[in-house]
Amino acid sequence: MPTFVYMTRCDGCGHCVDICPSDIMHIDKTYRRAYNIEPNMCWECYSCVKACPQNAIDARGYADFAPLGHSVRALREEAKGTISWRLKFRDGREKNFVSPIRTTPWGSIKGPAEYDAPRPEDFSSQELAHEPEALKIDGGLPALRPDQLKQGVV
Amino acid sequence: MSLFRRRKTVFVDADILVIGGGMAGCGATYESRYWGRDLKIVCVEKANIERSGAVAQGLYAINCYMGMQWGENQPEDHVRYARNDLMGLVREDLGYDIARHVDATVHKFEEWGLPMMRDPETGRYQREGKWQIMIHGESYKPIVAEAARKAATEVYNRIMVTHLLTDKTKPNRVAGAVGFNVRTGDYYVFRAKAVIVSAGGASHIFKPRAVGEGMGRTWYAPWSSASAYALPIQVGAKMTQMENRIVLTRFKDGYGPVGAYFLHLKTYTQNGYGEEYESKWYENTKALVGDYIDRHPVPTCLRNHAFLEEVKAGRGPIRMVTTEAFQDPHKETVGWENFLGMTIGQAVVWASQNIDPKHINPELTTSEPYVMGSHATCSGAWASGPEDYAPSEYQWGYNRMMTVEGLFGAGDAIGGTAHKFSSGSFTEGRIAGKAAVKYVNDLRNQPPQVSEQEYLDLEKTIFQPLENYRVGRNEIVAGTVSPSYLLPIHGLQRLEKIMDEYVGGISTNYMTNDRLLNRGLELLTMLREDMSSMGAEDLHQLQRTWELHHRLLASESVTHHTLFRQETRWPGYYYRGDHMRLDDENWHCFTLSRYDRNTGKWALEKAPVYHIVD
Repeated sequence: MPTFVYMTRCDGCGHCVDICPSDIMHIDKTYRRAYNIEPNMCWECYSCVKACPQNAIDARGYADFAPLGHSVRALREEAKGTISWRLKFRDGREKNFVSPIRTTPWGSIKGPAEYDAPRPEDFSSQELAHEPEALKIDGGLPALRPDQLKQGVV
Repeated sequence: MSLFRRRKTVFVDADILVIGGGMAGCGATYESRYWGRDLKIVCVEKANIERSGAVAQGLYAINCYMGMQWGENQPEDHVRYARNDLMGLVREDLGYDIARHVDATVHKFEEWGLPMMRDPETGRYQREGKWQIMIHGESYKPIVAEAARKAATEVYNRIMVTHLLTDKTKPNRVAGAVGFNVRTGDYYVFRAKAVIVSAGGASHIFKPRAVGEGMGRTWYAPWSSASAYALPIQVGAKMTQMENRIVLTRFKDGYGPVGAYFLHLKTYTQNGYGEEYESKWYENTKALVGDYIDRHPVPTCLRNHAFLEEVKAGRGPIRMVTTEAFQDPHKETVGWENFLGMTIGQAVVWASQNIDPKHINPELTTSEPYVMGSHATCSGAWASGPEDYAPSEYQWGYNRMMTVEGLFGAGDAIGGTAHKFSSGSFTEGRIAGKAAVKYVNDLRNQPPQVSEQEYLDLEKTIFQPLENYRVGRNEIVAGTVSPSYLLPIHGLQRLEKIMDEYVGGISTNYMTNDRLLNRGLELLTMLREDMSSMGAEDLHQLQRTWELHHRLLASESVTHHTLFRQETRWPGYYYRGDHMRLDDENWHCFTLSRYDRNTGKWALEKAPVYHIVD
């Protein structure tokens, strides 16, 4: 369902242009507002819908298989840590869902350089960052022996 | 370009250049920084890493998690599973390597803030199936991108990388990459000691079922433009299993996922007349593949085969029986949230067609083929294996280094390692990141030399479509038809039609043979010749042009590989009509190819498959 932009709600901020993975949300030169320049390369990923501060972007199901009259709206609230969905069927039935999106504050991830630097001998081991602790198992990183490998059909 | 503005050339020097900031690229960036504290780590992405790659819209499950901490599975078990699903042929050394590390990756995701569902009774991660755990993954990609941004020296968004650069004196050594900024049109020259290709696999090389407005609703993201393959192929990296395309059984039109439905909600399929049909095709399938049909779980391609045969026999549509499971309100919620978390378009299709799976059993379909290395298939570059146990034939240097020196890969880019999915792709990025740091440290004062002539020549080639359009546009009044240039959409649609009709797409029920493949190659060659006449109206169209270049090169590789393997290894994914049976005697092997950019020739060979003793 390709996206479209409501003329009266869009203020041309460009958040959708910045986020679209398909590079299809662009600013119209005459109206200074965003629009979908290539609906047939839209994946309906809703990245632009979720990013729009004005809730100006909606989607209308692909014309080649989706009859009119439906609606799937999303409200992503980073501060609350939730995404809310409202589905409306062609015949008017509705369904609502809410899901968590994150359990920690935005920006709180500890960067890899904030951990102790690896020792020189760690480079020759097969362990990656945070191993073996992050595996949460006894006995260290599992390994195979070269002589365990054989050819033929098994 | 306006009349008053000249294109700038921007030079970026890096120790490690990560191309593509999806799951694999974010893993590579993170791990490169952990091991390379004072290295310059640069991540370049054609979109915005906040929402790029296949996980842009979220995921509702992590499909690769061992659960070693609870003794649920061991890495060997995952190797057996992937090998079985791919009809015997996977790089078991690489697969084991991902499986032994992947739990640590998932534990970090949880620590970073990814909401994991837990089994209320055991307190463990909620299993969807043996390998899958369920998550609330709407923000999976933004969370992972945050970790990558904290690791990278610089992240360059909106730069389409078109080519890799090779060393001036050693042609089989990578020296960087070039591309252009999709917003400014500036030319970017990246000079790097090591390059990790973590770009996307290939959607839109075969004609999709929807060819109108809905052509963008492919199963794999439309922005997965085969750069994972074209970039290494161009510089002569060997590729493997490129014939091993995948066809997905999914909900009709939206391609909504079926994993949670089958595994967690316990829904099942039946034909249009309400009958079970898979067992009917047992003897038929056995005649093609022998006892592979007796394995558990039944390989995915063979289940597809039964689906296709049942539809061909006139008993479609195949439906998913949801009306029983959806009476449970919890299961109903899971079913819907599953789509909203990762394939919103399917919810839209059902809302638009008044399909409430509580009351109606929805239709399934089989998708057009895709070529990729991260899902339940394993096309990609031939890579060196882990140092501690990979057999000598699989080991020529650093882990995940391709056959080009200094060129590493992860995710869709690396072949032979099926079933890595999002967590395994991030993990493989980490493996490649550590190896690349070791490579750079070992180089010391011998950095690669970029050839000025090479990047100047490439600049001309890369921007030529803008010039073609500017000049050719003056010949015609208006419209899209020009005698002098083709638009990217024209080339894309021709590519998809050739691949569909000659290389085993939907219109032939995935059937091809040597005659069709050879004819397909002739037509692909003509398309290749026409690529010098591409016209791009603006920078967006220039991006589409280079995505098409990448898709075309990957398609040529797929066609050569399909011709080389004279058997039908994966019925249900594609069929060689001239070799309808699986042939373990001659083809229990990997296929390898190498493209020579100077001659335009492809060289194909076989490589041995090593198995873990079982």
